[in-house]
Amino acid sequence: MSPLHYSLIVFLPLIGSLIVGVFFNKITNKGAQLITSSCVCLAALLAIIGFVNVALHDNALSVFVLDWITSGELNAPWKLRFDTLSIVMLCVVTIVSSMVHIYSIGYMHHDPSIPRFMAYLSLFTFFMNMLVTSDNLIQLFFGWEGVGLASYLLIGFWNEKKSANKASIKAFVVNRVGDFGFALGIMAVYVIFKSVNFNTIFANAALHSQTELSLLGYQVHGLTLACILLFIGAMGKSAQLGLHTWLPDAMEGPTPVSALIHAATMVTAGVFMLVRLSPLFEFAPSALAIVTIVGACTAFFAATVGMTQFDIKRVIAYSTCSQLGYMFFAIGVSAYTAAMFHLVTHAFFKALLFLCAGSVIHGVDGEQDMRNMGGLYKLMPYTYAFMWIGSLALAGIPLFAGYYSKDMILEAAWASHGFGAHFAYFMGIAAALMTAFYSWRLLFMTFHGTPRMPKKVLSHVHESPSVMLFPLFILAIGALFSGALGYELFVGHGRVDFWQAAIFVLPAHDSVEHAHHVPLWVKKLPLVVAVFGIGLAYLAYMKRKNLPEKITQACPRLYQFFFNKWYFDELYDTVFVKPTKKAGLWFWQKIDVGVIDRFGPNGIAAAAQRISRYTSSLQTGYIYHYAFAMVFGVVVLMTVYLFGIKGL
Amino acid sequence: MSFIDFLPAISEIYLIICTLVLLLLGVFGLGHQLKRITSISLTALVGTILLIVLSPPQGSVVIFNGLFTVDNFVVMMKAITVVAALVSLLLTMDQVSNENDPTFFIPWEYPVLLLFSTLGMMVMISANDFMSVYIGLELHSLPLYVMAAIQRENLKSTEAGIKYFILGAVASGLLLYGISLTYGFAGSTNFDALEKLFASQQIISIGTLVGLVFILCGLAFKVAAVPFHMWSPDVYEGTPTTVTSFIASAPKIAAIAVILRIFYGPYHYLAAQWQLIVIVIAVFSMFVGAFGALQQKNIKRLLAYSSVSHIGYALVGIAAANHFGLQAVIIYMTLYVVSALGIFAALLTLRKSGKGITNISEFAGLSKTHPFSAVCMAIFMFSMAGIPPLAGFFGKFYVFMSAVQSSLYFLAVIGVLASVIGAYYYLRIIKIMYFDTTEASLDHMREGTTSKVIMTICGITLLTFFIASDWLLSLSAGAAETLLTSIP
Repeated sequence: MSPLHYSLIVFLPLIGSLIVGVFFNKITNKGAQLITSSCVCLAALLAIIGFVNVALHDNALSVFVLDWITSGELNAPWKLRFDTLSIVMLCVVTIVSSMVHIYSIGYMHHDPSIPRFMAYLSLFTFFMNMLVTSDNLIQLFFGWEGVGLASYLLIGFWNEKKSANKASIKAFVVNRVGDFGFALGIMAVYVIFKSVNFNTIFANAALHSQTELSLLGYQVHGLTLACILLFIGAMGKSAQLGLHTWLPDAMEGPTPVSALIHAATMVTAGVFMLVRLSPLFEFAPSALAIVTIVGACTAFFAATVGMTQFDIKRVIAYSTCSQLGYMFFAIGVSAYTAAMFHLVTHAFFKALLFLCAGSVIHGVDGEQDMRNMGGLYKLMPYTYAFMWIGSLALAGIPLFAGYYSKDMILEAAWASHGFGAHFAYFMGIAAALMTAFYSWRLLFMTFHGTPRMPKKVLSHVHESPSVMLFPLFILAIGALFSGALGYELFVGHGRVDFWQAAIFVLPAHDSVEHAHHVPLWVKKLPLVVAVFGIGLAYLAYMKRKNLPEKITQACPRLYQFFFNKWYFDELYDTVFVKPTKKAGLWFWQKIDVGVIDRFGPNGIAAAAQRISRYTSSLQTGYIYHYAFAMVFGVVVLMTVYLFGIKGL
Repeated sequence: MSFIDFLPAISEIYLIICTLVLLLLGVFGLGHQLKRITSISLTALVGTILLIVLSPPQGSVVIFNGLFTVDNFVVMMKAITVVAALVSLLLTMDQVSNENDPTFFIPWEYPVLLLFSTLGMMVMISANDFMSVYIGLELHSLPLYVMAAIQRENLKSTEAGIKYFILGAVASGLLLYGISLTYGFAGSTNFDALEKLFASQQIISIGTLVGLVFILCGLAFKVAAVPFHMWSPDVYEGTPTTVTSFIASAPKIAAIAVILRIFYGPYHYLAAQWQLIVIVIAVFSMFVGAFGALQQKNIKRLLAYSSVSHIGYALVGIAAANHFGLQAVIIYMTLYVVSALGIFAALLTLRKSGKGITNISEFAGLSKTHPFSAVCMAIFMFSMAGIPPLAGFFGKFYVFMSAVQSSLYFLAVIGVLASVIGAYYYLRIIKIMYFDTTEASLDHMREGTTSKVIMTICGITLLTFFIASDWLLSLSAGAAETLLTSIP
């Protein structure tokens, strides 16, 4: 593979997107699907070859594209960085993306604007590739904003739906909050290191481990500040507790989008960013503690909400949120490799789950409420089987992917001595119990029991076409084997050779190493609670069907609290949204219209017209007026002249 | 005095012989053949241009007892003036074919008067003495007054002629009074003598300075700078459009050339004294021109105000009183004349039910019926408004640049503000042409080829100026060089 081939991984999706995006009205639907899908599939193929070269044969390289910003000390070139970390991400992104592209051919075949959809998908893939291969923070920010844009466009893809528009704006605005932190973080890094290039930053991280910045008169530890700010950025993109509110609403987008962007790739960008910046975070233990706590809380919080939701996609969305929490607290306990491992396996099984959900929705005419489903397993046997595989992987049942990665995270959390690590372990166990419960709740409600949909819908429920089942099949393979195959490389004994310099862990923080030597009960507890959770779901939704109702009636407050997502939306609405809107209204009507417009554009224009009328009215048409003006002018000029000279 | 002494004035001598011959021809026999007289006049002007351009002087030549001078600056300004006269006479050619139509009636004296006037301008530009300035000024003004009133039957035309004449007489009076004051206090009217005097004297007598103000006022009338601009809207509106195209172009160049000659010549030493007054006139011209045009409905009145504000911008370059300012003014005036002639050419190609266009609203729908004229008009308007990359932008840019070089920042800022206001009415015409619709569309004219060609050439010149701007820059630099030999 030459550098050109490597850059093609990044740029092929852009090429496809541009062709289809520019010629969207000249191209047929088939053509659009063919061009974008083949570009992305080719990129995926190249990425796999690249994976073998870079990760397995240790041929990390970087490809210089062109100079971008050179201003004084600030220097940010376009440079593609291909090391183990980025090639792993590239593989995940391009493989999942190509599967989603193919799946969309079937899923979106009724849609009137297929070329636009395919162009957006490919554009997203390009930005994501740019993000993961970036060589400096500004380039990373470019990709970061790019995926945000693509996410915005795709959430609001059905722009005739008011809820979709609202959701896309919400996603954009909430992400802005995180991005603000991210941008400040980049500036903080620049202040500390006088550079934004990864190589320079990482090489000097240890040197600056004690550097202090002065902030509002306080001396603060520079790296801690920078890392917390960067983590705020990651929280926004990865929907961590506090900035998570946009993710469930983002399910307004088409399901393939949810699978690609809001499960497998974009939401993991925050995880990727923190792993990429591991050399910085290693020297900022306080920041790591915050990451641990926030991650653990998110894992727990999202799982509680996931148990109560009825929208099939929202359940999976909360599950994603919860799993991202796992990844973050893995980072918090310095188990970066475990976080990456879970990121990869999660990408496969979560994309699988989303696409299965999409298949179900496709089969039942767009219905998303699980209370209106049921008994589908006979009608959609393949989807049912794939859903099982995905759920087993998510719950962490042995041999399935999630078992290896999730257990690794929990073990590392127990083994770590970092602040909040044990708290994270128990939160993770609780979340694992709930994960198993809501996964099987979803399965049982959707596929078992008596069909609850209207007769008209039931009569033509159908299994999805093979163009949709094929991607499910590929992703199911990933969900089945990626865990067992990757274990040695990602977190096992081969991990040092595998990751090389891409991930940096201080020897004292090496929780992954310690994770292999934890007590047996720590290792087995996740499995036990998962099986228990499945049993619980079986009991509640198959055997004793009035049990859920009884429980909700027994503790209605708690149920309402969970069902309403801990009232985050309501809280934000009262604290931020409504006052902001009020202030906006005031500024618009009083300041903009009342002051700026009145005295600005309108006022000046009116004044100009008035002056113009005066000027015209001087033009009387009488010669003696004109002659008088001339003589008067001479006198005035003479006066100005003589007095002006005195003044000078 | 030998024949060689007359050689630098060869173009003037040639032109006056031609003019007198034409006058005789017209009086005896050819009287009613406007077409033939016009053609001969054109030939005479072409010959004059050739004589001007092909006999460039070696340095600066002064003849006729210091009354008359020729140098690069004179050659360039004369050439531009005569070309402008030639183009506006060419625009008349199209009118000739409409001889029967009373609204377009032009008597045969018109070309002869135009030649006399042009001759006056040439003398004015070449003047090296206030006496020859005055002679030239009167020689070019008197025919102008007659030309303004050329349609004797037309009330507006005669009114315009009378106004122009009376106010012009007042201005001439101011100028003469200024010259006599200067003579009285400085002892000479010769530029070289004055220059020597100002260079050596530390303290200038107040009488000389008062005389300077009067001279400037008299000349300001010729370029229609505020507050001596009152005649121009009425005259522009009243005179036939072909005559307006002449009044709006050649005399302005000549008058600006004289102002440059005086203020960058002998009076350069008094720059600190006159700068303020030029600034005041410039500021008022820019603003009155801009505001005055906002309300206008008549296209020719609008163009009158527009030219007032353009003179204001040119005066900014004069107020800068530096080397670059002189160059900027020459470029600015050249480009102004090109766009003004282009607009008049475009106006002459447009008719509504056989009559010329007067009202701005009559441009409505032009882009549909006359797309090419509309494009040309749009180019002229954008250029006048100073939108890059059209030529008008560079004209303004150089002028403001020169003001900035002389640290006259506020003047540059005021200039930019005024051009913002000005942009409104230029863009309004484009908006009317392209976005307004009308029932009564304009006539489709078969004749008027010359006007169309001139319109096209002017449009292309303005559009491609930025490619070939170096040429004009180096020419104007050469012209500025000779005028400023005495200036460091």
